[in-house]
Amino acid sequence: MQNRNILIIGGGIAGMEAAGQLLRLGWEPVIVEKNERLGGHVAKWYKLFPDMMSAADLVQTLTDGIKEATVYLKTRVASMNRLKDGYSVVLSNGVSLQCSAVLIASGFHLFDAAKKEEYGYGVYDHVITNADLEAWFGGAPDNRVPANPGQVAFVHCVGSRDLKAGNAQCSKVCCMTAIKQAIEFKERFPGAQVWCFYMDLRLFGKKYEDFYINAQKDFGVHFVRGRVSEVSEDIDGRVVLKAEDTLAGLPVKLRADLLVLMSGMLCNSDTAALASMVRTEVDSDGFLRSRDNIYRINESRREGVFFAGACTGSKTVPETVAEARAAALDIHNYLNGNA
Amino acid sequence: MPDFGFSLSKSSSVSLDSLDLGLYGELERLEPGVKTCMACGSCSAACTASVWSGMSVRKLILNLQRGKDVEKMLGSCMLCGKCSMVCPRGINTRHLILSLCRIYKKQ
Repeated sequence: MQNRNILIIGGGIAGMEAAGQLLRLGWEPVIVEKNERLGGHVAKWYKLFPDMMSAADLVQTLTDGIKEATVYLKTRVASMNRLKDGYSVVLSNGVSLQCSAVLIASGFHLFDAAKKEEYGYGVYDHVITNADLEAWFGGAPDNRVPANPGQVAFVHCVGSRDLKAGNAQCSKVCCMTAIKQAIEFKERFPGAQVWCFYMDLRLFGKKYEDFYINAQKDFGVHFVRGRVSEVSEDIDGRVVLKAEDTLAGLPVKLRADLLVLMSGMLCNSDTAALASMVRTEVDSDGFLRSRDNIYRINESRREGVFFAGACTGSKTVPETVAEARAAALDIHNYLNGNA
Repeated sequence: MPDFGFSLSKSSSVSLDSLDLGLYGELERLEPGVKTCMACGSCSAACTASVWSGMSVRKLILNLQRGKDVEKMLGSCMLCGKCSMVCPRGINTRHLILSLCRIYKKQ
């Protein structure tokens, strides 16, 4: 009889949605998550664009869908060996199992903003990242956020589109995240002046452009085309930004009470190790290499190994969820011999 | 100050946190559409006066947003209205220029 187990590596939204769909298709998903809870980055987020849906609600919906799945938290994959029809897997908690297919949904990590030393993250008192701000929106106290900020700056493309930072790719979701967070910030502090420093605004998705127009029209968010070159701290503890306004061709300076760095998405550092366990490849951008990037994004070049979500590149939440569903169906068809 | 035979040029750097946005604020009230400019430059490309005068509605708006005086540039506009026809955000740029003239006239 066919082994019904499907190993899912990563318990973020991709792994959870795929597990829910596989359960409904009659398979037995086993989620292996290295952290102590499911939901990945989305569980730490406050609201999701473009509908401003609660991230916690989405994670709850996904959690409700996987009650019958086996979940191992605080666990990693120790080794995987190819069998005639499937994989033999040993987990870091000592459990060993056999599965018919493997779904890698190992996601991404945010660029460590401290590596862009010129922005002073971890050095100056009022420099935070997009993830820090989102946690603060969600109620986590953060004394780097001043009580009554007058000027706030958002810097786009921190650790993305930056060859020297080791990531030439556009992280694509941060433009929209910056505008979403700028609006949320203005809603909380209507008197604050919010400045977005961008290289290009890449607002590709449904309703994203509406957010941009609303940010300009209804919230008076200022947009400056130019990359911030350096940040210092003045005697009052405020951050001083220097950039070129490339549309005006003039250097500009801004004294801000808070600086928010839009860290980009990079592939998880342990993904390369996973890839080598199943002998699949890492692409030139550091993410996992799909069979192709048009029609078989969910398939690896190795039989029985599938991908979902941000392990193959930056993705939005709806893209990730859609890919997870597609991967579940791909696995179902593969195991039924319909692929 | 004694004459040392040389002088220092004024810094061209613009301090964004201490801008005088009185002029722009007044224009915003009269022409709220100005806020949606995304600096595409269609207006300048279509402008009949730009080739000989450097007239550019895009630059005009940006200069106002950076607290600068634009009266001189305003004088180059021939009010043909081609810029209004090409603006993708539907800003009535011709009317914007007239409003700006009114603001300057009041001063």
